[in-house]
Amino acid sequence: MRLPFGPIELPPRETFADRESLLAKVMLAPAVLYVAVLVGIPFVLAILLSFSNARAGSLSFSWVGLSNYAAVLSDPTFRRALLNTVIVTVAVQVLVVILATAAAMVFRAAFVGKRIMRFFLLLPWAVPITLAVMAWTWIFDSTFSVVNWTLKVAGLLHGWLYWLGSPTLGLIAIIIVQVWRLFPFATVIVLAGMTSIPQDVVEAAIMDGAGFWRRLFQIELPFLLPVVTVAVLFGIVYTATNMSVVYLLTGGGPADSTHVLPTLAFQRGIEGLDLGQGAAIALFLLPFLLVAAIGMLRIARRSEMGSP
Amino acid sequence: MSRYRLMRYARRVGVYVAALGFVTFAAFPFYWMALTTFKQNKDLYVSATNLKHVPWIFNAAPTLAHLKLLFTQTAYPQWLLNTLLVVVAVVLITVVVAVPAGYSLARLAGSWGEGMGIGIFLTYLIPPTLLFIPFSRLVAILGLQDSLWSLVVVYPTFTIPFCTWLVMGFFRSVPWDLEEQAMIDGYSRLGVFFRVVLRFAVPGILTVVVFTFTLVMQEFIYALTFISSVDKMTVSLGVPVALVRGDVYHWGALMGAALITSIPMAIVYNLFMDRFVEGLTLGAVKG
Repeated sequence: MRLPFGPIELPPRETFADRESLLAKVMLAPAVLYVAVLVGIPFVLAILLSFSNARAGSLSFSWVGLSNYAAVLSDPTFRRALLNTVIVTVAVQVLVVILATAAAMVFRAAFVGKRIMRFFLLLPWAVPITLAVMAWTWIFDSTFSVVNWTLKVAGLLHGWLYWLGSPTLGLIAIIIVQVWRLFPFATVIVLAGMTSIPQDVVEAAIMDGAGFWRRLFQIELPFLLPVVTVAVLFGIVYTATNMSVVYLLTGGGPADSTHVLPTLAFQRGIEGLDLGQGAAIALFLLPFLLVAAIGMLRIARRSEMGSP
Repeated sequence: MSRYRLMRYARRVGVYVAALGFVTFAAFPFYWMALTTFKQNKDLYVSATNLKHVPWIFNAAPTLAHLKLLFTQTAYPQWLLNTLLVVVAVVLITVVVAVPAGYSLARLAGSWGEGMGIGIFLTYLIPPTLLFIPFSRLVAILGLQDSLWSLVVVYPTFTIPFCTWLVMGFFRSVPWDLEEQAMIDGYSRLGVFFRVVLRFAVPGILTVVVFTFTLVMQEFIYALTFISSVDKMTVSLGVPVALVRGDVYHWGALMGAALITSIPMAIVYNLFMDRFVEGLTLGAVKG
């Protein structure tokens, strides 16, 4: 049987506003163009500059091959900066993972006043980093350091600590500030990951008599691994590529002993006007970024396959 | 039974002590900012070797002198204004560019959209510290040295990738039925975006605004590289670099500036933290 009138057949419309594949490209184009032009071109330029003797202020330069890299690699200040970058990046991630996991275990519990405590916990991540670093510079002041006063009063300190005036203490101060800045962020990420731990498995383990540590290492931490990895990968990028903490806290001193790659690149490339050498130093950050990028790609792929 | 209750009580106390420990570590520099802002100089500059003078509390009446100095004799008000100008311009560029791009990746682009999305996200990982040297050259060639315009042009290079990614996640969570219904009602594909999607996307766009704002507030290295005049600086550059007379830091005014800038940012950030985490964890927590 036929209905007197069937569903109305719309003629296929071919206006611009309906062509999905074209629309998709047009809407995406500005973002891709902006990024391609203003990230892509400088990135290529950074590589080209590192093979040149370009100096700020003059437009002429010539190719010098690998001589910037050769100069940099035989420079003890650079080797120290590279080593410092590795030390700080690794130490900060280890401390942040331990602190963030512990903090997440605590903040998982429901207790009165949790909201306000969470607010204070997140402060280091929310506030402009340069302003926070100035507060730490003041806290570590050579004459007025409250840390020294407190240690003295507690009877734990007999001499005097020149926090920002010694290579070792300077690096420790840098690590403290970086850990302080990153652990709240990592805590929030790990907390989000805790919701993915299946409670029935945990309960079954409690039934079977598994103690706190066993539960932690054999059930909870394996479930948390992907999320902790995300926190660590971001942490690597944020720590290794950060310039403001070292620049404002120690300025790379004393005697260039606490430089990291970004501050040394700034000193040589911008303050020293040697763009070629500065670019070469900065490019040594690429291995850190590659580790992070590959790690994130693997996680993104896995979560895609795992999702329903 | 009473032993069980005792255990529970002990656990509760343990949670509080541990939570307070973490919060103290996190909040201590802010306590220090606040204390320094309102302390008189004679209370502030007492050597830490003087163990009788307790630096943790006010030993003399609090004062507003540092804040007065900050607002009347430094360029801080100008820096606030400069920062506001840059923020507004960068937010506009970011919203106009990132919102359609995020929608395109979430809804319209097919299989290549996924790869494109990850590609855009990965550019967020290319840090300013890798690009500031070539940028210093480009900015000089464009004649934008020592101009706020250099920041307006360059900042979207990190806000656009990050916000496109955030918006993409947001649009994926908006129900598809609404759009289908609107198309059945006769709207074109583009009409659906403007009349239906954008209305539901207001919280997502607000998130973009907030994170563009915080990313711009955090930025230091480009500002340090491009800007040299004190009256053209942004807050996060001017406060640490220009509140120094000779070798002497004005710690009271400096900490005052840090405190005043931090408080509103902390409040805004706290409200939007969860969405931020969702974007960063790449869906790894949803498994």
